[in-house]
Amino acid sequence: MTTTAPELSGPADRLLEDEPLASSNGVLRLPALLGLAAAVIALTVGLFAVTDLQGRAGFVVVAALLYLVAQTAVSAVVEGPRRSRDRAVTTAVATCFLVALIPLVSVAVYVVRQGATRFDAAFFTETLRGVGVRNPGGGARQAIIGTLQQVGLATLFSVPLGLLVSIYIVEYGRGRLAAAIRFFVDVMTGIPSIVAGLFVFSFWILGLGFGYSGFAAALALTILMLPTVVRSSEEMLKLVPDSLREASFALGVPKWKTILRIVMPTALPGILTGIMLAIARAMGETAPVLLTALGNPNLNTNPFSGAQSSLPLFIYQSAGNSLQAFIDRAWTAALVLILVVMALNLLARVIIKTSKIGKG
Amino acid sequence: MAKRIESIGVNAYYGGFRAIEDVNLVIEPKTITALIGPSGCGKSTFLRTLNRMHEVIPGARVEGKLLLDDEDIYGQGVDATGVRRTIGMVFQRPNPFPTMSIYDNVVAGLRLNGVKKKSDLDTAAERSLQGANLWNEVKDRLSKPGAGLSGGQQQRLCIARAIAVEPQVMLMDEPCSALDPISTLAIEDLMSELKDRFTIVIVTHNMQQAARVSDRTGFFTIEGTGSPGRLVEIDDTQKIFTNPTEKRTEDYITGRFG
Repeated sequence: MTTTAPELSGPADRLLEDEPLASSNGVLRLPALLGLAAAVIALTVGLFAVTDLQGRAGFVVVAALLYLVAQTAVSAVVEGPRRSRDRAVTTAVATCFLVALIPLVSVAVYVVRQGATRFDAAFFTETLRGVGVRNPGGGARQAIIGTLQQVGLATLFSVPLGLLVSIYIVEYGRGRLAAAIRFFVDVMTGIPSIVAGLFVFSFWILGLGFGYSGFAAALALTILMLPTVVRSSEEMLKLVPDSLREASFALGVPKWKTILRIVMPTALPGILTGIMLAIARAMGETAPVLLTALGNPNLNTNPFSGAQSSLPLFIYQSAGNSLQAFIDRAWTAALVLILVVMALNLLARVIIKTSKIGKG
Repeated sequence: MAKRIESIGVNAYYGGFRAIEDVNLVIEPKTITALIGPSGCGKSTFLRTLNRMHEVIPGARVEGKLLLDDEDIYGQGVDATGVRRTIGMVFQRPNPFPTMSIYDNVVAGLRLNGVKKKSDLDTAAERSLQGANLWNEVKDRLSKPGAGLSGGQQQRLCIARAIAVEPQVMLMDEPCSALDPISTLAIEDLMSELKDRFTIVIVTHNMQQAARVSDRTGFFTIEGTGSPGRLVEIDDTQKIFTNPTEKRTEDYITGRFG
């Protein structure tokens, strides 16, 4: 080496300093923190008294911000800068968690409270048939059955189709065709639900002349569910390590059997979760169902002929009415919708738990 | 039941890249042949051509003849799955099926190939686990997940799974590289026992291992990055490690080579 190289042999300047392992600083304990919080609240009360600040929400926000600042400052003095930063970030993260919880909890609580008024047996066994416009009573049996039939049919169509598409993309697809399919599935993900409804309305109902039906709604929901099922299954199948496929091939197992018996069971929990998300989304769709099933105050158990109701549609059509009986029914329908989705989610979890999968 | 392998002018490609060039060798039945060489020299690729696992990778292909006894496994009308049923493989990392119990892992190959009778499967499971020296450790927990075993046990489980389908030849791709010395010893002992029933080909980076377990050793190398790997020489292990014909082999086994 004749060129002038930087000196590498000598003792290097250390970029990191050693820090003492035990800090000589004090520690803030819970009583101190509670005292600090009390002081901050007192200060905020004072602020709200002397300035123009007002409102409960404003009080909480101001108090929280003041506490964050005060805690950081006090901790910096007592505990040192590192602990202070740790406290600041921990408090911020916990606060964000609580803030994120607010809409979730309040929606749940509010729907339960409002929906409880009509959460009775009649709601599940009766329809709106013969219920006077101004009368309370009646039920949403037609809407519950409509939702289950429409989403059930849509699941029946979209899950096998979506699984096969994802298997093609991951296990067989090579080159342009697979890339094109993936692109169009991505495009489909972005289709607004009302466009899916309009498509089925113009193609199936106007174009081919079939009337309004639960089946038409199921077609629209299938269009919405398909991309979700394909994309989530695709991601889950990709997560299955190639070493498992190779192990199976090396045992002389054909490719189709490897996919069916090794790859699919390994990916099943994730695939089921994706399917559940797709079902939950489809259950809450209103616009496409309105355009294709129209809605029906009477019970129609045949999804292949005649207008049908569904829970979101029932909510939409009831909530638009100014009469209290309608509004009460809408709230209860919302509660039932949430419960149905929750029940399906729990069912999927039970299936995942009781199957042999995921115990390793 | 062990079979002889003869490789005649085998070339393997990944797309346009030739990974191994013109490999000619003979592997006798009921012997252990070790393939050694530096990383990237094509020894694993060659191993994977022996049971048609190479072509699983997109764009990969093989030229030349590979005779199993007298049948070309790359001949017309030969089904790759049939070849793999005859020539088993154990991989570098233990890869038990995570959704299956120990028992289900062992009989997976039989079950997925259509064996249904419970008594047949039970017999095969016990015999294979005995063969892989794992029976005593797992006989009381056959229904527990295979992934719950230690690394060495998992690798022996994978060996049990491979011998359960009664192959003629067993390929091992660095089977001990992820294992500790005690598990390695267990698997080396196992190889010597399996030699009575199978033809074994093992790829290893560990030259002591090659010297300990194998009857014959083949040395692969590459001239440089981008050039294909070649078989430099294959001979009795004793000769390779004491008096190799080629200078390059000697340089490699004495550590004077990259």
